[in-house]
Amino acid sequence: MLTREQIAMRVAREMRDGFYVNLGIGIPTLVANYIPKGMQVMLQSENGLLGMGPFPTEEEVDPDMINAGKQTVTAISGASIFDSAQSFAMIRGGHVDLTVLGAFEVDVMGNIASWMVPGKLVKGMGGAMDLVAGAENIVVTMTHASKTGESKLLPQCALPLTGAGCIKKVVTDLAYVEIRDGKFWLIERAPGVSVDEIVKLTAGEMVVPEVVPEMTF
Amino acid sequence: MAGLDKVVTSYEQALAGLADGMTIIAGGFGLCGIPEGLIAQIKKMGTRHLTVVSNNCGVDGFGLGILLENRQIKKMISSYVGENELFERQLLSGELEVELTPQGTLAEKIRAGGAGIPAFFTATGYGTPIGEGKEVREFHGRHYILEESITGDFAIVKGWKADHYGNVIYRHTARNFNPLAATAGKITVVEVEEIVEPGELDLDNIHTPGIYVDRVIQGTFEKRIERRTVRPQEV
Repeated sequence: MLTREQIAMRVAREMRDGFYVNLGIGIPTLVANYIPKGMQVMLQSENGLLGMGPFPTEEEVDPDMINAGKQTVTAISGASIFDSAQSFAMIRGGHVDLTVLGAFEVDVMGNIASWMVPGKLVKGMGGAMDLVAGAENIVVTMTHASKTGESKLLPQCALPLTGAGCIKKVVTDLAYVEIRDGKFWLIERAPGVSVDEIVKLTAGEMVVPEVVPEMTF
Repeated sequence: MAGLDKVVTSYEQALAGLADGMTIIAGGFGLCGIPEGLIAQIKKMGTRHLTVVSNNCGVDGFGLGILLENRQIKKMISSYVGENELFERQLLSGELEVELTPQGTLAEKIRAGGAGIPAFFTATGYGTPIGEGKEVREFHGRHYILEESITGDFAIVKGWKADHYGNVIYRHTARNFNPLAATAGKITVVEVEEIVEPGELDLDNIHTPGIYVDRVIQGTFEKRIERRTVRPQEV
């Protein structure tokens, strides 16, 4: 089973030199720590920063410099700052090369539910709906099943959607899965996790090729 | 105030005309780039039944949170309201209405409102609860929903520097929704850290041209940090 860090490491392999990347809150944020050496990547923060750097040192802290998670951050050399409409023009206009975000559920049609559990307080979708609607290349990070063993890779999302038909890649703690033709396709498995285990915890239809390579770290 | 001089010297003047039931568009992202003094003045005025358009609603005891505390807000139009316990209580008790709006759609609604565009089509929210009941059109094989723009009776904006013509620049990510809000208020009030002499701001780098701005006031800012995250000092 992959740790949070290993999920982030696996997602980082989807990066390419010169990519503009938006990372969501939680595990996606960790992806920034595993950008392959020698690769130039610019991180977009949807509150209006392209070229997000590491957290500041105590002396560098500036209340006017935060990321979309409202954490204090720095800007790298070559960064730019803009307003929220410009920021979402980048996102909606398909200019961001890779978007990584978490989810509660995904399904075989590429639907994603990530913002609302009925009966619980709804805090809002923030930028997630714009991100999934605008990006061509989205990676979802999530645990494969709930703590009680219920699959989160479903024939059809039960929770209200964040976006319809937009997800093609999912990295879970058990596997790397692609979504196409109304099916999940098992591409890679986590070290020490069997194909059977993954299939058992995948509620939606899953195509299993003859060889499913094990991820290496 | 005379001619093109937008500077006012008191918060009473800055928000003169604000009345019960009005819609206010507020700049800011979390607590970053919020017009602290203008929010405090709204609290002081006790104006009620307000509709507030803002990405977030402050935190308990700071930012727009103080207007919630004072029960002055009837409705919030926001993308994320998770940082505020009082918000939660007022929402559950039915005291407060909230219209959750995707962040990019919210930004575009305000931008479009200020630019005289009544509505626009976006793919954001199609097939989700946000799209329910909205007009759908297909363009080039993809579905889009019709979203209406937003204008306000007032816009309250936080800038870094302004001149008395109302030309404004913002600093770092305190820009966020502020330049958009500035375009969309019938009366736009900008609270800045510094008022500078005309000509001091580089005309090639004005973020908000003075035509959008009605009043400018110089404030002092606490600039509270919501999530202070630091890395260790390198040795």
